Amino acid sequence: MAEPMKIRAKMEGDDADVKVLMSHPMETGQRKNEKGELVPLHFIQSVVATHNGKTVLDAQWSQAIAHNPFLGFRIKGAKPGDKITVSWIDNTGDKGNIETTVAAP
Amino acid sequence: MNQMRRTLLKLSAAALAVGFGLLKTGQALAATWNKAGFESKATSDALKALGVSGAQPSKDIVISAPDIAENGAQVPVTVTSKIPNTQSISILADKNPFPLTSSFDFANGAEGYVSTKLKMGQSSNVIVVVKADGRFFTASKEVKVTIGGCGG
Repeated sequence: MAEPMKIRAKMEGDDADVKVLMSHPMETGQRKNEKGELVPLHFIQSVVATHNGKTVLDAQWSQAIAHNPFLGFRIKGAKPGDKITVSWIDNTGDKGNIETTVAAP
Repeated sequence: MNQMRRTLLKLSAAALAVGFGLLKTGQALAATWNKAGFESKATSDALKALGVSGAQPSKDIVISAPDIAENGAQVPVTVTSKIPNTQSISILADKNPFPLTSSFDFANGAEGYVSTKLKMGQSSNVIVVVKADGRFFTASKEVKVTIGGCGG
C-alpha cells in the first residue's frame, strides 16, 4: 500500500511552481539492518507529472535520490485552477499518485 | 487523445514483454528506465548509456547545491537550464557507486528546471547534462560531503 504524498502548486509569474514530497524508503541495497543483513534495493524508478492531462515531466530515478523524495518543477503558461497530477512507480511495482489544482499567487 | 494513445501503446508493449517473460511484473510500467545508465559504475559509461557525446560546457546551466553538505544522505540540488528548448536534464554524482542519479524529460511547457535531493557517498562533482535541440551541454559543481557530519 502506497504511503501518502504531499503536493503544492502555486503561480509564480508565468509559471506554476510545483513541489512534491513522496513517502518512500529509497533503499540503496547497500544498507544493513540491525541483524547485519543487507536491506534489498527498493526505490522509485519513474515519476510522471501531468498538467491538464498532458505529460510535462517524465523522470527516471536511481536509488541515489534521497529517502522521502522531494521534487520541484515549473510549468510555463499554467493558470490558477489547472490540474496537476504526479505519479510514481518503484522497482517492486508499488505505486503512488496525487493531484492538485494550481493556486493563485 | 494522443497522450492516451501513447499510454495505451506503452501499456500494451509492456504487457507483451511480460507475456514473453522478458520483464518481471514490477518492471512492466518502468519499461523506459535506463537500466544500462543507472547500473553503470563509471560516469563515462553512464553518459554513453544516455547517448551523450561531445557535450559542450555551458554557463547557461545553473547548479544550485551546497559547497559543503553536512549530510550526504540529503543533498539539495536544483538545476536551472537557460538553454532554449531544453528537453532533458540528467544529474550525476561522479563518485557515487552508481553515478547516474536521475534524468528528467520535459514536455508541454515544463521549464528546464528541476529541484531534488540526492544521496552522495563522498565529496564529488555533481555533473549535469542538458539536452537541448538534440545537442548536449554540461556543467558541474563540487560538493564536499562531511562524513558523520554533525554540523559546525
